[in-house]
Amino acid sequence: MFGDDIVMLSRLQFGLTALYHFLFVPLTLGMTFILGIMESVYVMTGKEVYKDMTKFWGKLFGINFAMGVTTGLTLEFQFGTNWAYYSHYVGDIFGPLLASEGWMAFFLESTFVGLFFFGWDKLSKVQHLMVTWLLAVGTSLSALWILIANGWMQYPVGAEFNFETLRMEMTSFADVFFNPVAQVKFVHTVAAGYVTGSMFVLGISSWYLLNNRDIGFARRSFSIASAFGLASVLSVIVLGDESGYTEGETQKIKLAAIEAEWETEAAPASFTLIGIPNQDTHKTDYALKIPYLLGLIATRSINEEVQGLKELRQENMRRIKSGQQAYDGLQKLRSGDRSEETRQYFLTHKADLGYGLLLKKYTENIVDADPALIDKAADDSVPKVAPLFWTFRIMVACGFTMLFIFALSFYYCATRVADQKRWLMRMAVWCIPLPWIAAETGWFVAEFGRQPWTISGVLPTHLSVSSVSANQLWFSIGGFALFYTVLLVIELYLMLKYVRMGPSSLHTGCYHLEQPLHSTIR
Amino acid sequence: MFDYETIRVVWWLFIGVVVIAFALTEGFDFGVSTLLPFIGKNDSERRVIINTVGATWEGNQVWLVLLGGAIFAVWPAVYATLFSGLYVAMLLVLFALFFRPAGFDYRSKVADPRWRQTWDWCLFLGGTLPPLLLGVLIGNFILGLPFHLNNDLRTIYDGEFLDLLSPFALWCGVVSVAISSYHGALFLKLRTQDIIYDRATHFITFAGPLVLGGLLLTMAWVVLAIDRPEITQMTATNAPSNPLTKTVIASGISWVKHFMHYPWMLLAPLLAIVGFSGAWLLGRGTHTALAFISNSLGMIGTLLTVGFGLFPFLLISTTAPSSSLTLWDASSSHNSLLLSFWITVIFLPIVLLYTRWVYKVMWGTVTEQEILTHSHTLY
Repeated sequence: MFGDDIVMLSRLQFGLTALYHFLFVPLTLGMTFILGIMESVYVMTGKEVYKDMTKFWGKLFGINFAMGVTTGLTLEFQFGTNWAYYSHYVGDIFGPLLASEGWMAFFLESTFVGLFFFGWDKLSKVQHLMVTWLLAVGTSLSALWILIANGWMQYPVGAEFNFETLRMEMTSFADVFFNPVAQVKFVHTVAAGYVTGSMFVLGISSWYLLNNRDIGFARRSFSIASAFGLASVLSVIVLGDESGYTEGETQKIKLAAIEAEWETEAAPASFTLIGIPNQDTHKTDYALKIPYLLGLIATRSINEEVQGLKELRQENMRRIKSGQQAYDGLQKLRSGDRSEETRQYFLTHKADLGYGLLLKKYTENIVDADPALIDKAADDSVPKVAPLFWTFRIMVACGFTMLFIFALSFYYCATRVADQKRWLMRMAVWCIPLPWIAAETGWFVAEFGRQPWTISGVLPTHLSVSSVSANQLWFSIGGFALFYTVLLVIELYLMLKYVRMGPSSLHTGCYHLEQPLHSTIR
Repeated sequence: MFDYETIRVVWWLFIGVVVIAFALTEGFDFGVSTLLPFIGKNDSERRVIINTVGATWEGNQVWLVLLGGAIFAVWPAVYATLFSGLYVAMLLVLFALFFRPAGFDYRSKVADPRWRQTWDWCLFLGGTLPPLLLGVLIGNFILGLPFHLNNDLRTIYDGEFLDLLSPFALWCGVVSVAISSYHGALFLKLRTQDIIYDRATHFITFAGPLVLGGLLLTMAWVVLAIDRPEITQMTATNAPSNPLTKTVIASGISWVKHFMHYPWMLLAPLLAIVGFSGAWLLGRGTHTALAFISNSLGMIGTLLTVGFGLFPFLLISTTAPSSSLTLWDASSSHNSLLLSFWITVIFLPIVLLYTRWVYKVMWGTVTEQEILTHSHTLY
């Protein structure tokens, strides 16, 4: 019903601004915890170097935090500006989750972030430590609410369609809050943030160590990052596996696409390690398979099947037909026919209403859509395999590479030989981008894999957009491109400037660049 | 605990509280940024000005974020119509806000004077464009907006961005900037001394009559030239939310007549006039704290006047009056409103408590001496 260009441009804008926002969020999540740990050590031991560590890494955190705040505003505006029908349709559930984030989390982090920077001389040691931890708790709570909201988009529980108001309404907050998909996603995502912070500190500390500067400062930072990073990366991987399991329950299609599981195999299914998915032949060329593994991950059993894409498409076809009847019943109810028979007719098919709406992309007359259109809608209901297959594998590869780095760094720190492992430090410097690549590809899998829905099985993406014009969209996309490019250049300039200065930027007089003849020390 | 009708009214009041909290706190942050290039003549003076709000502006801005979230939660139809209908205006507000986090945090991280002066003007824009545009929006709330809902309750906007810039709406924008600058000047008097204090006093002395006169002129304009629609037939106030179930006629009654229906509502414009008068009389002298409170009351009175005047409308449609959104037919479900209510009742006092503590810790006069000794840690 809307020009495809409006839908495409809206998706493009949301996708890019969300991915851009998530360049800054994971670092904020991780850095606040690392700052909390460093300052705790300072308060417990009284050693000044830990205070300097908190302040210096805090400076880098601050440069990043400003960008996180800036780009986060965009997302809150965007649900209304670009996804107005979505906002009307699910605001009853989605809105309170965003408002809760404001009350519980965003106020907390934003109020205490100022005190973190400017309260050093005005607070006692313990008070300041408390402020830092409240900041850390605030950022992670923020992620909690956002992921509950996102989890609901993936697996919409605790809500029902109301034919009088033409929208979804909340029936159980407990179901929304304790949504298993959301809970797993939350831990997976915040832990990924902790990994990002750890990799950042580990890599930059390694660079100082490789350049023989601020050794004591860098070595202590390195060991905190390696320990926190190891714990976090293990949580990410375990919870990632757990979300494979829950997705098997609720979002079978996404899982099947990620694994290029074209057809249902006899249980337990094998896991395709790598290969080239071919959408035309519905086969994966050159596939390298590990027997039984997928079945074990997705079903936690050896006799349950993992459904393949062909079978799932068939199932969706049935639901689209049932959705046509739901839509028919809805129209009858709305035109005033409130007989018990019509109600029952609608209620029987209500759960498939969203599948009926998939047809709206092709026709206004959903009820009488011909089989060719139903076929097209069923095709739409299955996402493209190759992008999901590849991004998922890139994410996993980044995760395991970081596990390797953190495990060795931690082991060598514990055995006090880390200083001699210069190859590992060099690797840590080069691998600084990995957590970002993993986070961005991870979100791609989560969101692209949910297509063609904004709310799984409930609201198709092409209906969710606002009634805006392509010109308006080009205006906003142009504005974002301009502002975000300029801001990114400035942010990177400042970040590199302060990384190069290192703890000397604190002007305490005890660090590398402040020493006379520092250049000869190397 | 509350029936559907009551909770709808409670939420209308709560949204009012959030709007007021946003205006009172971010109002002076905006105002301080507007005055920054004019009251601060050199780098250290400007750093004094920035650091009066440096530690707390971020928390204040959350009221705006929360306002967006709360409208989304409580009146999804309003959120959808407002943000998508006023697409370009909303994005301009957003782009203007982009200047603020980077402006505050990045400005003093590089010593080059060109860098710092550029950021000063960015902060000026970030503090001036939002109150200007939000004032224009308030003007358009009073005038009504061209939108309608189709049979699927999809909101469709029938106008263009430039239509928003009518003389009345632009005037409301100017008054809005005047009020926030005035609020900012009073805040500067609370937190500075010497030259900056004197310049702020000077600004207050000459801007006071302008703010008061501007407000009175706006009120006269509304009374003389603008009517509001009237609901002629509507379903129960506890019915499921569907805006298309009522009938509305455009230009039903004048604003005066509406206020005569509910005479107690006249307290709001009265409060506005008394508050701004007091702020001017007290603000010129040394009773700055009282002047600041009086000015805050003036702002509360102004916002309440708009809210009361529109009641029960939230957004008036000029092209399809029956598509207008009211607090009776544009709200979330009963369940959802109750949930948001409890979250607010629990967290609002907690937020106020710790915000008060942070202000207490950071309170005090910001001096040039302090800026120079903490050159590498302050903004």
